[in-house]
Amino acid sequence: MEKLRRSMMFVPGNNPGMLLNAGIYGADTIILDCEDAVAITEKDSARNLVFQAISEINYGTEVAVRINHISTPFGWDDLKRILPAKPDLIRLPMCQGPDEIRQIDEFISEAEHKHKFPAGSIKMMAAVETPKGLRLAYEIASASPRMVALAIGAEDFIANLKTTRSKLGRELLAARGQLVLAAREAGIQCIDTVFSDINDEEGFKKELELIKEMGFDGKSVVNPRQVSVVHDFFAPTAKEIDHAQRVLAAYQEALEKKSGVISLNGKMIDLPIVARAERTLAYAKATAGKGGK
Amino acid sequence: MSKLLKLAQAGTVESSDILITLAPADAGTGIRVELVSPTMQQYGAHIRNLITKTLVDHGIEDVLVNANDRGALDCTIKARVITALQRAGE
Repeated sequence: MEKLRRSMMFVPGNNPGMLLNAGIYGADTIILDCEDAVAITEKDSARNLVFQAISEINYGTEVAVRINHISTPFGWDDLKRILPAKPDLIRLPMCQGPDEIRQIDEFISEAEHKHKFPAGSIKMMAAVETPKGLRLAYEIASASPRMVALAIGAEDFIANLKTTRSKLGRELLAARGQLVLAAREAGIQCIDTVFSDINDEEGFKKELELIKEMGFDGKSVVNPRQVSVVHDFFAPTAKEIDHAQRVLAAYQEALEKKSGVISLNGKMIDLPIVARAERTLAYAKATAGKGGK
Repeated sequence: MSKLLKLAQAGTVESSDILITLAPADAGTGIRVELVSPTMQQYGAHIRNLITKTLVDHGIEDVLVNANDRGALDCTIKARVITALQRAGE
């Protein structure tokens, strides 16, 4: 089972109180943010604080850093300062193409060599926030073996589309669909955008239902309160687990009897259904005791 | 860096943070730390030592430090001192 990334929680990189407590909410990944959550005059301050936090705090979960884009005056300085602390994952915002991924990949390789970290141990992910980035999503996803996920950043994307964000999310339907396809083709995970109205729990759940159906592996979150809601949604239900167990039992029985046709309750079972059942059980096992149902 | 070029500040007075102000000082002044902290009795000496050690590790010998602590942990104190130092040397 691949690493769970149901919830990726943003934490402002220049806020010591939030940074120190970030590990206690059970998010699968915490993203220490040097980009949008940090004022332009405090970028230096944030990267020093994020460096010290990663060096000295055992978060007990995957730690990512969202750097500033490498075309800004801050992106490369973020990497220079933070890589020696060995974050698990670097998240690039506003990715526009595979060249950016390759440049950062090379820079990380040099840092891994210099600091004697195992080669390839620092992973990468990229957020697509422009139509160009979306068009090149597969190339971005497959530009480096470090890439573990694609994400969509809705606010910038919607602004680029010249529309507004709605509760139903129709404006994002095509982009979300394309992103999932690109990520799946490249064999990596796909993470949905943040839902920023933390008081609209009903809207949040509707969006979770949609993205789970579409095939997303998880969601970026901005508030600790959202973490357990996301985990509940992504955990297989007791009914799904029961069905998966019965599918696998029927499949096993058919194998033993050397029967060519497998059926359960009168419905034919073929190999994709078996594969889905196996995935459901692996997911249930991986999420057990980690804030899932 | 062994000498500060200008007055510089880093951090905030929000909870769990520390506001560090560094001012250049004449040679021979040494590292002088003026500290305000709600945990002065328990951790005052520790905070002073940590600020001093971080400065010494960066080659600083003479500086006036004003530290307004709001319950910062070690990693925050170090990060704020380093940021103030970088800003003082720009």
